[in-house]
Amino acid sequence: MLGKIILLFACACTLAPAGAAPSIPASGSQVLERLPGGLDPARRELQGLRAALSGKPNDLTLATTLAQRYIEQSRRDGDPRYLGYAEAALAPWWTQPQPPSPVLVLRATLRQSTHQFGPALTDLDAVLKRDSGNSQAWLTRATVQLITGDFAGARASCMRLYSRAPELVVQACLSSVGSVSGQAGASYERLRQTYTARADASPALRAWVATLLGEMAARLGRPDAAEAHMREALAFDAADSYLLGAYADFLLDRDRAPEVIKLLKDKTQADALLLRYAIALKNAGAPGAAQASAELAARFEAAMRRRDSVHQREQARFELALRGDTAAAVRLAKLNWAVQKEPADLHILAQAALASKDPEATAIVRNWLGSSKIEDATIAPTIARLGAKA
Amino acid sequence: MMARCLLLLALCWAWIGPAQAHKASDSYLTLAVQNEKIEGQWDIALRDLEMAVGLDANDDAAITWDEVRARHEAIAAYALARLKLAGDGQACSLRVSEHLIDRHTDGAYAVLRLRGACPAPVATLTVDYSLLFDIDPQHKGLLRLTHGTATSSAIFAPDARSQALQVAAPARWRQFVDYVRHGVWHIWIGFDHILFLVSLLLPAVLVRRDGQWQGRETLRACVIDVLKIVTAFTLAHSLTLTLAVLGALSLPSRLVESLIAASVILAALNNLWPLVQRWRALVAFVFGLIHGFGFASVLADLGLAQGALVLSLVGFNVGVELGQLAIVAVFLPLAYAMRRGLFYRRAVMAGGSALIALLAMVWLAERALDLKLMT
Repeated sequence: MLGKIILLFACACTLAPAGAAPSIPASGSQVLERLPGGLDPARRELQGLRAALSGKPNDLTLATTLAQRYIEQSRRDGDPRYLGYAEAALAPWWTQPQPPSPVLVLRATLRQSTHQFGPALTDLDAVLKRDSGNSQAWLTRATVQLITGDFAGARASCMRLYSRAPELVVQACLSSVGSVSGQAGASYERLRQTYTARADASPALRAWVATLLGEMAARLGRPDAAEAHMREALAFDAADSYLLGAYADFLLDRDRAPEVIKLLKDKTQADALLLRYAIALKNAGAPGAAQASAELAARFEAAMRRRDSVHQREQARFELALRGDTAAAVRLAKLNWAVQKEPADLHILAQAALASKDPEATAIVRNWLGSSKIEDATIAPTIARLGAKA
Repeated sequence: MMARCLLLLALCWAWIGPAQAHKASDSYLTLAVQNEKIEGQWDIALRDLEMAVGLDANDDAAITWDEVRARHEAIAAYALARLKLAGDGQACSLRVSEHLIDRHTDGAYAVLRLRGACPAPVATLTVDYSLLFDIDPQHKGLLRLTHGTATSSAIFAPDARSQALQVAAPARWRQFVDYVRHGVWHIWIGFDHILFLVSLLLPAVLVRRDGQWQGRETLRACVIDVLKIVTAFTLAHSLTLTLAVLGALSLPSRLVESLIAASVILAALNNLWPLVQRWRALVAFVFGLIHGFGFASVLADLGLAQGALVLSLVGFNVGVELGQLAIVAVFLPLAYAMRRGLFYRRAVMAGGSALIALLAMVWLAERALDLKLMT
């Protein structure tokens, strides 16, 4: 179900220089753009749904179905345009004072994706006030709380899923929280057992639990287990951009840059993957490192022109790993930390703190390690050096 | 990180898009306003146009140049219907003059070259932008507006569809200030003008009696003399500056520069061997005419602000006068205080004038003969 989409995506415009000069193409048959999704049936399906909705724009079921499909598509391709299309599908209800619950849940999802965590929680609370049994709202709420570092709240939201959601989902929710708040080993074990027991779960669900397990194992300092989990996830879906990013980070942490280059060579369309690709090229001393870095700089610049700040984590990493601008890196890492507090956010903040010797960032990292009780072998060396410096 | 995964666990329920992405949809609009004329360029992503007007005629998920070309009219009609320009409240016309293709970080873009006209020269340009907002509410229009050398920018979004941008007023004021500054600067670095003025002013605090210089009695008399000279000089150079800038009069610059040097010599020598005493204001006027041509050539080098000839002319002239006033403000109190002493008459007046004459002779030789005597 989590199809095979991105394939055609990559070939169109890998690393083309931005805004060269307007011109008239040399030939009429020249292909200027390949549409994402290519000939995949999913694209046709979306086209069909969109056409149907344009005939009946006030059909709630049709609109929420299309919005949901666009949101899935956006996640798979790492393409935010679909999020805008999803919002457009919900337009008749978007500005209502009391939108229907399905619209509120989707609006919360869209708001979360642009880092409007507060408004997202407001939407979810409105849904849950009406219907405390809405498991999708509880799960989304747990996610937002986890991202923003509210572990107690996230755990409470996960608990509300009991008997309302599949066992594997409930355990993934609880283990995700426990894994970063002082129960890393137990959380991993429990999720691994449930994963093994629930071989009947959908491949999409299994792919993502495998990814989760991979990340948890890496944080526990069990690289062999981590790699096995990630490879298993890749076997379910080798084109998933989130998974590719996570696996690339795992490889980069172990100085396996050449493998990253091979893995991401054709997948640089997504900024997050281009970032890992450029870092790998640089670490390996491979040709094209400067070009990839320049392309990435152009993309960040384009994002900043539209005043997007959702890329601050990636941008901080770019400044630190590729540009060597430690001051910019720590500034961005701190701005990002004010918004989201996942392990990756802590990772870049700690590295930027170490490189820049910024006392404020160092203090934030130290306080967080103490208060959250996060166990993470992947940042342990950075933390050790940060501690030794102080 | 795992939060992302967590949400996906509920994939069959609904899921969240990751922030790892290329950017959302933008269009890049550039407008250049000059008086009532508008020129511009509008870059719109082919992907967005596919959603809006449909480009992929054979439905093979690949958009070719032929397919885009076939839809040029539809693209232009779609885009122009979603961009309304008004100059000071009056609607401006806009058309697409050329279709091109360019690349941005997130793919290929149709490039629309725009031409337009407003009923009158524009001071405030109101831009109403509604491209793609119905299809993608996260779309943004990024506008860069240039007018003269100034640039301003704006971002259009569903909650910011209409924005008014100042074109003329602040730019004009800035231009004016720029030219004032140029004028002051030119006086400050233009030693020939300063020395000419100083030569004429040196005797202003004195009066010639029985072949001897004596200090004037009252400040009032001194000020009146200074005022007469400065006014005459100002009137004269403003006159020729204006005529030269408007193209009504012109003299070869070498001749002008030489005559300016000569004027300094004559003014300085007149202090040593007075020929003209009561008519120094007239001398200031006559030679002021020549200095005006000198200012004009400086202004020509600077370039006049497009469509703001009077503004740059007046600004430059005001700058010159301000510079002059500053010289007078320093000179007059000092000279008045020292006017009765021998030092002023001998050292400042006689010695200074001799030095000025000497220096100006070197300038004259340099300029008339095209030599380089001093560096």
